[in-house]
Amino acid sequence: MSGHSVVQHFLTLRLLPALLVFSLAAERLAAEEVDVAGEQGASGLRVLLLQDYNTRVVLFGATVLGLASGVTGSFTLLRKRALTGDALSHASLPGVGLAFLLAPAMGVSPKSLSVLLTGAAISGMIGAATILFIRRLPRLKEDAALGIVLSVFFGGGVAILTVVQRTAEGHAAGLDSFIYGQTAAMTSGDAFVIAVTGLLTIAVLLAARRPLTLLCFDEGFAACRGYSTFLLDLLLMACVVLITMIGLRAVGLILMIALLIIPAAAARFWTESLPRMIVIAALIGGCSGFTGALISALAPGYPSGPVIVLVCGLLFFLSFLGGTSRGVLIRSVRRRRLNDSIDREHLLRGIWELREGDACGVSEPPSPAAGAEELLKIRSWSVSLLSRQILRAAREGLVFQRSDGAVVLTDRGRIVAERLVQNHRLWELYLITHADVAAGRVDREADAIEHVLEPELIERLKKLLYSRSAAPGIPSSPHPLESATPVVSEKLDTAEGGA
Amino acid sequence: MSETAVPLSIRDLTVAWHRKPVIWDVEFDVSAGELVGIVGPNGAGKSTLLKSVMDLIPRVSGRIEIFGRPWKDQRQRVGYVPQRESVDWDFPVSVLDVVTMGLFGRIGWLRPVLKRHREAAQRALERVGMGEYADRQISQLSGGQQQRTFLARALVQEADLYLMDEPFAAVDAATEETIVEILREMRASGRTAIVIHHDLHTVPEYFDSVMMLNMRVVAQGKTEDVFTRENLERTYGGRLTLLEEATEAMRRQEKSL
Repeated sequence: MSGHSVVQHFLTLRLLPALLVFSLAAERLAAEEVDVAGEQGASGLRVLLLQDYNTRVVLFGATVLGLASGVTGSFTLLRKRALTGDALSHASLPGVGLAFLLAPAMGVSPKSLSVLLTGAAISGMIGAATILFIRRLPRLKEDAALGIVLSVFFGGGVAILTVVQRTAEGHAAGLDSFIYGQTAAMTSGDAFVIAVTGLLTIAVLLAARRPLTLLCFDEGFAACRGYSTFLLDLLLMACVVLITMIGLRAVGLILMIALLIIPAAAARFWTESLPRMIVIAALIGGCSGFTGALISALAPGYPSGPVIVLVCGLLFFLSFLGGTSRGVLIRSVRRRRLNDSIDREHLLRGIWELREGDACGVSEPPSPAAGAEELLKIRSWSVSLLSRQILRAAREGLVFQRSDGAVVLTDRGRIVAERLVQNHRLWELYLITHADVAAGRVDREADAIEHVLEPELIERLKKLLYSRSAAPGIPSSPHPLESATPVVSEKLDTAEGGA
Repeated sequence: MSETAVPLSIRDLTVAWHRKPVIWDVEFDVSAGELVGIVGPNGAGKSTLLKSVMDLIPRVSGRIEIFGRPWKDQRQRVGYVPQRESVDWDFPVSVLDVVTMGLFGRIGWLRPVLKRHREAAQRALERVGMGEYADRQISQLSGGQQQRTFLARALVQEADLYLMDEPFAAVDAATEETIVEILREMRASGRTAIVIHHDLHTVPEYFDSVMMLNMRVVAQGKTEDVFTRENLERTYGGRLTLLEEATEAMRRQEKSL
């Protein structure tokens, strides 16, 4: 499964329910608002200034959770097992209910978070084992295994919780907060458990980063270097179970997967380096945890899980737009630059080719110059596009404008133009001699390719073609230049009006 | 370590995949300093053979020794070049990072990657003509460059026996030249390479000996002796229909249980 389809899965299946829950909670809150408005103004300030000990505890817990999720998620996303986390978090619900029911029999308090989380971890692990088992069955694939485990365990969990809720004590325990998360219920002891487990997970993953990188990139090579891919996968899965477990309190099991996927997927827009991706994912996760928990603390009653996930989603959207490596904006800027440089190359080559014949027989040919009228005729570009490119080329010192308006190549511009013409014609020659393309069509075909020819390829073209023709240097054009019909500009995405 | 032992010795190897036999009864000896080509049609079990040498696939029977010892003792002496399509080239690492992966066994889990490790990786890249590409993202590489990166990752290990899974598949002429050159350098320094190969025209030119495989070994030996039209027909021809049908019947029965 590619990162993108996972992300898509989220946007449709996860964020929408989150929005729904969020709006429902908002309505509920609006009804209560009238009574508590005065009180809230004062407490809101206290929250923002982090004066409450409890607020600090909650924020710390949620932040560490986000950091650890970002690190773990980076590896699971690259292992293309991102959705395993979803099945594992759902599989933890029966464990929570059963731990609550069985704890008194074992002489421990059923309300202790670590007891409940231990139950969650055990049932999560059983879920993981079930996934591995189903996958081994003939004719059942990974997606079926995930779907079966996710739904059956979650169904079982809901059924057990219903039983628990009927008991007076169980109703008071608020186990249902594990489904959507409620940071307000977090105590300093809970935050301690979350922080220790989260930091431990980060430490383990960082210590095993090399084998894990190898596992994610090239499983076969990892195995042949002596790493057990089974144990490494188990380690990764155990980390996911631990993270899910500590995420139950703050984010809830339904939305836990968001913290495992979104920060890692968002980080991919910012970098092409794995260590940096891990750091950025951790930062995005931590920031979502902190901000989400803060908003949730400012407006008590909002379930914290959806708020954290919505912040996360917002950060993803910002990364998608502004990411410095693969973001939409940077890519459109790069495309524009490419189109610009293509237009400029056309300008230089156009001037050079217009004056090509004049240079014959002159010992010191003058710098090639051409008027705007001439230039407009050789190519279908608009006056504004042409004059913009002339200005740009002039700024880069490739051309200058004479007092009579003609555009003249500078020495540097001439060198660049000669290289361009050479590339263009080499490619034309190659197409004619080796690819059986008709001479009348090669100009257009060469036009599209010449801008992306790498030096290595040019060298090979030269080797191939110059062994046949006598004179190295710039080959003459294989087609008459004057009669060349204006070609349709091969621009990548912008449509330009013809001249 | 006994240096008289041959780089690779396979006895009586049978491998099954979901109880469907893939290769039968392979016997195979490779002498040191030899370039060995493995040819055979699709599904002949060529990759399976290499993978079972490295214990990546459980085998039904057979004994495999590398320089006289079992695989797990000799791992460091074997370099592996997997098929280029087996990985996702959109992974967030640079070319140098990939080559450094060949050194992970030596670097360990926690110690930092040192300058000498990076230099070793850079030298391996230069040997395959990719010196300038060290900092490139692997997603920007052409197919031939990807293959050369994988080759460099194996070279950096300085192994004695190299196993390569179709290194010549869909690469450009320059890459093919580079790989052949590297293979010859290996031979000159007494190293051994076993290469799965598809292009039958170049077999006599590239390889000293050849193994012709189609679920079982059809022929093996010096290229000039065994790489004959007759053996090729036996390898690629339809003489194995009974064997194939028998295994297919076994597979169907297994599925219907």
